[in-house]
Amino acid sequence: MARYVANRLAQAIMLLVIVSAIGFAILHLAPGGPLSQFAASAQMTQEDLDRVTSQLGLDRPLPIQYLDWFGRMLKGDWGRSYRDGEAVLSVISSHLGATMELMATATIIAVLLGCWIGVLGALRRYSLFDTLATVGAMIALSIPTFWFGLVTIYVFSVKLGWLPSGNRETVGDGSFLDLLHHLIAPALVLALVETAMWGRFMRSSMLEVINQDYIRTARAKGMPEWRILTVHALRNALLPMITVAGLQFPTLLGGALVAETVFTWPGMGRLFLDSIGYRDYPVVMGILMFSATMVLIGSLLADIFYAVVDPRIRVG
Amino acid sequence: MATAALSTVQLAPGQAAWRRFRRHRLALAGAVIILVLILGSAFGPYLLPFDDTYIDIMKRFAPPFSGAHILGTDELGRDVLARLMMGGRVSLSIGIVAMVIAMAVGIVVGAFAGFYGGVVGAVLMRLVDAVLCFPTIFLLLALAALTEPGLVTTTVLIAATAWMAVARVVEAQVRSLREREFAVAALAFGSSNMRIMFRELVPNAMAPIMVAATLNVAKAILLESYVSYLGYGIQPPAASWGNMLNNAQIYLTSAPWLAIAPGLAITLAVTSFNFLGDGLRDALDPRMNIP
Repeated sequence: MARYVANRLAQAIMLLVIVSAIGFAILHLAPGGPLSQFAASAQMTQEDLDRVTSQLGLDRPLPIQYLDWFGRMLKGDWGRSYRDGEAVLSVISSHLGATMELMATATIIAVLLGCWIGVLGALRRYSLFDTLATVGAMIALSIPTFWFGLVTIYVFSVKLGWLPSGNRETVGDGSFLDLLHHLIAPALVLALVETAMWGRFMRSSMLEVINQDYIRTARAKGMPEWRILTVHALRNALLPMITVAGLQFPTLLGGALVAETVFTWPGMGRLFLDSIGYRDYPVVMGILMFSATMVLIGSLLADIFYAVVDPRIRVG
Repeated sequence: MATAALSTVQLAPGQAAWRRFRRHRLALAGAVIILVLILGSAFGPYLLPFDDTYIDIMKRFAPPFSGAHILGTDELGRDVLARLMMGGRVSLSIGIVAMVIAMAVGIVVGAFAGFYGGVVGAVLMRLVDAVLCFPTIFLLLALAALTEPGLVTTTVLIAATAWMAVARVVEAQVRSLREREFAVAALAFGSSNMRIMFRELVPNAMAPIMVAATLNVAKAILLESYVSYLGYGIQPPAASWGNMLNNAQIYLTSAPWLAIAPGLAITLAVTSFNFLGDGLRDALDPRMNIP
């Protein structure tokens, strides 16, 4: 077990190095490089620019700059926002809570609903329910999240007036009920794609398990059907879902960005788009690196956790 | 006698695949819808009396089915149907061209990684893993913000964020196929590595590649709609299904039809390509059953 974890950890660190190299390359692809913001200003002469370039060490060879940049990233110095000079990491962390709230709620909805649909679909394979769920999942995966958000706003905010059309709270209110009221629509919109994914994976995982020999053995020895399903089938079918949770993470983050945009939700995705609009490259790069690192850690944790609950994995 | 009877029942592989595909009604429906969308976008604009960029301030916000404008007009009085068709040209071409580029990159990377294995394979596949760590929309938007937005950049950037899945599929296929007799035989004949890779191995992996390609078009159309909706893709006055939704949120209360038509078009196109890909998977390779 320790060897497996060490192995996966080493892989993850190697990936982090490649990820950071990609991030660094993108940063230097920016028109005018990292100094583009200042270069665009008319108040800066070429002389000033050259001085700043050497002050910031941007005239050094790229590999050296990369090592320096990577070292500072590890120490938590992610640069400062062009907009207000605040440290990038603290800008990100101040928006993280809202995003986490949204993602966690959507995931809970998606896991419960998706697993239920998936299990039922597998048990009643090719039934009307299964067919509708399969077709519905495919359509859910094909709907642009932002458009589904717009439709939700139109129906539930404009027409019915049940839900607020955006923001995290009513200014001056901010009670728990008010927060919950604002959370419903964006969380449901984000949960749509996730539910479809979980349902599809759960269905195929369950189908695989209920055709196994040990299920037939359990049936043969006269075990009641509900016990076979809950104790033997469901528990084993849920195992691969740990990996799905890890795999789903990038999609979930991307979906959060879109949902936050439509519902003016003050999270990381919204911050990312605002920063792009301002050409605030340090924050843009910071969020890009932050999200990639989160994805990396997510898949690492999923792998390790899976190895803990399923001993077969450690050998391979 | 028995063999003769058998041979009449047995279908050619292509025929059997066609039969399985035909059984897949939704895939067939998807193929028909795609055809209709492509033909409609290609020839539809010639049948309409309106130009997609013609601004008519006197006829702003005409609701659908209320007059000459079948799907109504937008905030500048432009005909929504004309824009939908011209937008379809843009969105569908981006979807297909981005898929072709992503396929080319993915097939080359996957073939090299799978064929050579070892250090080359490990490095290439870790690169694939690393790019996959970035949530697609974040990466796409960051890249789009750094470049001049437009048709070519949008297409290339979407391809740049979509080739990894193909590379994985091709790598796995090539890695297992290169151990098979026909590949070993080609090696024994003295074929060059390039020839074995792209003449023997990749053509034999065509079934999963075609499935991946179809699903890739769906993904590319969806990504185009995201970036264009957020303002970093196709720029107005040119229409795309994504950028038609750009202003739709502002006019949601007064002119909801501006949001409905393009959104339905995107959903219809993406669903059709997804169902087509699903049907192809069942038809071409019944054993492959990835959800």
